[in-house]
Amino acid sequence: MLRYLARRLLVLALTMVAASIVIFLLMSVVPGDPAQFMMGMNADPAALAALRAELGLDRPLLVRYLEWVGGLMIGDFGQSYTYRVPVSQLILDRIGLSLPLAFLALLLSIVIAIPAALFAAQRHNRAGDISVMGLSQIGIAVPNFWFAMLLVLLFSVTLRWFSAGGFPSWEAGFVPAMKALTLPAIALALPQASILARVLRSALLETLGEDYIRTARAKGLSRGQALRRHAFRNALIPVLTIIGLQFSFLLAGAIIIENVFFLPGLGRLVFQGITQRDLIVVQSVVILLVFAVTLVTFLVDIAYALIDPRLRRGTL
Amino acid sequence: MSKRFAIGAAAAALLLGSTALAGAQETGATIGMQLEPPNLDPTAGAAAAIDEVVYANVFEGLTRFAADGTIVPALAREWSISDDGLTYTFTLAENVTFHDGSAFDADDVVFSLTRAMAEDSTNAQKVLFEDIASVEAIDPATVEVTLGEPNGSFLFNLAWGDAVIVAEESAGSNATNPVGTGPFRFENWVQGDSVTLARFDTYWGEAPALETVTFKFIADPTAAFAAMMAGDIDAFPNFPAPENLVQFEADPRFAVIIGSTEGETVLGINNSKAPFDDVRVRKAIAHAIDRQALIDGALFGYGTPIGSHFAPHHPAYIDLTEQSNYDPERARALLEETGLSDGINVTLKLPPPSYARRGGEIVASQLREVGINAEIVTLEWAQWLEQVFTNADFELTIVSHTEPLDINIYARDDYYFRYQSDEFKAIMAELDETSDEAARNDILKRAQQQIADDYVNAFLFQLPKTGVADARLKGLWENAPTQANDMTGVYWEE
Repeated sequence: MLRYLARRLLVLALTMVAASIVIFLLMSVVPGDPAQFMMGMNADPAALAALRAELGLDRPLLVRYLEWVGGLMIGDFGQSYTYRVPVSQLILDRIGLSLPLAFLALLLSIVIAIPAALFAAQRHNRAGDISVMGLSQIGIAVPNFWFAMLLVLLFSVTLRWFSAGGFPSWEAGFVPAMKALTLPAIALALPQASILARVLRSALLETLGEDYIRTARAKGLSRGQALRRHAFRNALIPVLTIIGLQFSFLLAGAIIIENVFFLPGLGRLVFQGITQRDLIVVQSVVILLVFAVTLVTFLVDIAYALIDPRLRRGTL
Repeated sequence: MSKRFAIGAAAAALLLGSTALAGAQETGATIGMQLEPPNLDPTAGAAAAIDEVVYANVFEGLTRFAADGTIVPALAREWSISDDGLTYTFTLAENVTFHDGSAFDADDVVFSLTRAMAEDSTNAQKVLFEDIASVEAIDPATVEVTLGEPNGSFLFNLAWGDAVIVAEESAGSNATNPVGTGPFRFENWVQGDSVTLARFDTYWGEAPALETVTFKFIADPTAAFAAMMAGDIDAFPNFPAPENLVQFEADPRFAVIIGSTEGETVLGINNSKAPFDDVRVRKAIAHAIDRQALIDGALFGYGTPIGSHFAPHHPAYIDLTEQSNYDPERARALLEETGLSDGINVTLKLPPPSYARRGGEIVASQLREVGINAEIVTLEWAQWLEQVFTNADFELTIVSHTEPLDINIYARDDYYFRYQSDEFKAIMAELDETSDEAARNDILKRAQQQIADDYVNAFLFQLPKTGVADARLKGLWENAPTQANDMTGVYWEE
């Protein structure tokens, strides 16, 4: 297990180094000058040059790369060109929204998906199964921004139970903050829950054909009992993979939902950073996300190994 | 039936509850904006969103724009101009303090203007100050500014957001913690979400009615609509979805405020690139465009056609739209004259705003009618600035020039449309030497005529200011003489 861990950690470190180089190089070839963007039309060339010098944009590429990576090592992400505040502070503020939102959505999708999958698997090919699968098909097909807009129309514009968007920050209190996250979390969770339910259902059905289930049934367990006690644990591996992927998606990929609900999240920070050519923000958030994704993959791998001891020794 | 009644009653109770809540909050206002300012220092950034938050609210200059676009006294209560037009003597307002408690006097004016024109200045509108030879404090309440050459626009230049007065102690941190002399002080900025201002209790002038103002940033037009409808936002002075305005107009809860901006929207033509270096080709393009169809299609009917680079609400405006009226026959004839009757292929580079994207589609189809095949290339702002604006690597583009009274850009040889005219430069030089209002207006009329005669660009429309507000919120600017949300005169009607 230790050697397995060490190998995984090495891969993690190498991935990060490679990613930092690729990201930095990509950012440096993106057309559009950050200083020009900030100064806009009619900008004075002398003022533009002064700003470029102030932002350090006139220095060689290698110097800027080493400085950036050196800073990252000690947790210094540099300073945002446009906002003129430390990037780490911006990221922290945004994570304060994106992380709870992602967790909330993930939790919601698990809470919906597991009972739905168990329910469907127990009624394989009967009406219950078919209707759950039908619903999940709709859940996957409906774009989440559209569903989000429906939620806003119903609960904000018509019923006025929730505000249409925005985030009051955690300082405003737990309840207002959670209230602001409820609709976006539901909108995000629905398609995720649908995918999860489908994957879990097929995994469950597959395990039902295994010998140990037959043994369990022979000992007198009902189909449902066998499912819950024996098949469930074994069906978890594909589900964990999906959950891992979903978490990364929810953390960074919620840009559209963040736009619908005008939430100041991580996704929108990157989006804004790109349009405003605030490249230091973009590269720092992207490297952080790469780190998050590789870390989640790493943790999922470890979890596999814990669930299924065969994997620790295998060549997977 | 009873169930439905119960739901109705619950909804009504909720509605009442929320109105009651809104009633209790009516000491403040929440204003929607589409773009978030990158920072809050108007002297070190060009983004319009900076002025939209801080202009007249947090920062004040020596002079300022009034709601009707005229220049009125601000921190300078009065002034005198020497006969040669070179020396301006300003008498400053007294008992003025900055939000951090420090006193305002002539030294702050000297500091602010000197800083803006300095070698290493990052002021985006440095050009506003280039005629200043010296700035001197005569006594704490008097400042004398001497110009190198007469500049009839000087008082106008001082009204810009880029010319606001800042204090030496706080100038460096204004980007994140703006300290000005205005009626509102900066309170809080939740990046990505909102900026909050609070009434400054020891303001030297008349106290504003609102206790707090929150600017909330909502980029998405659909989200802006929902936020307005749900009552999260009290006013959206530049509402991003004109297609929804009809719906607001029909709803008694809201008032729709349509005004004019300083944004002359043009189909920019690269005058240095063949075949556009031939005035007949540019003229053909101008005649190929049906402005009203464009306004109806791209702006849902809001917007005023223009025939030169000038705002229709300005006293010096002359209507030159007839000179480039919609006449596709004429356009085709002109193209034939230049030997281009077989048609030409050009690119039309469009920046992100919807007036440009939607307008571009319509312009392209109108040009196609006369044999000009315009291939649309969409760009992000940063790309547009680099390719089109800085490097003039374009043939046609659509953009709105939102700065007030900016006709002088036609006197700059390296400006992106690459227009070069000694006649026009002579007119601008004359303008600079004139400070008499009536005489200036005559010169401005000649300037409009000159660029219309040269068909520098195809002049499309004056960008409208389409605002939506809670019907009880009064005192918002109808027009936008500069890009600001002046909250000093805004109040809730009882």
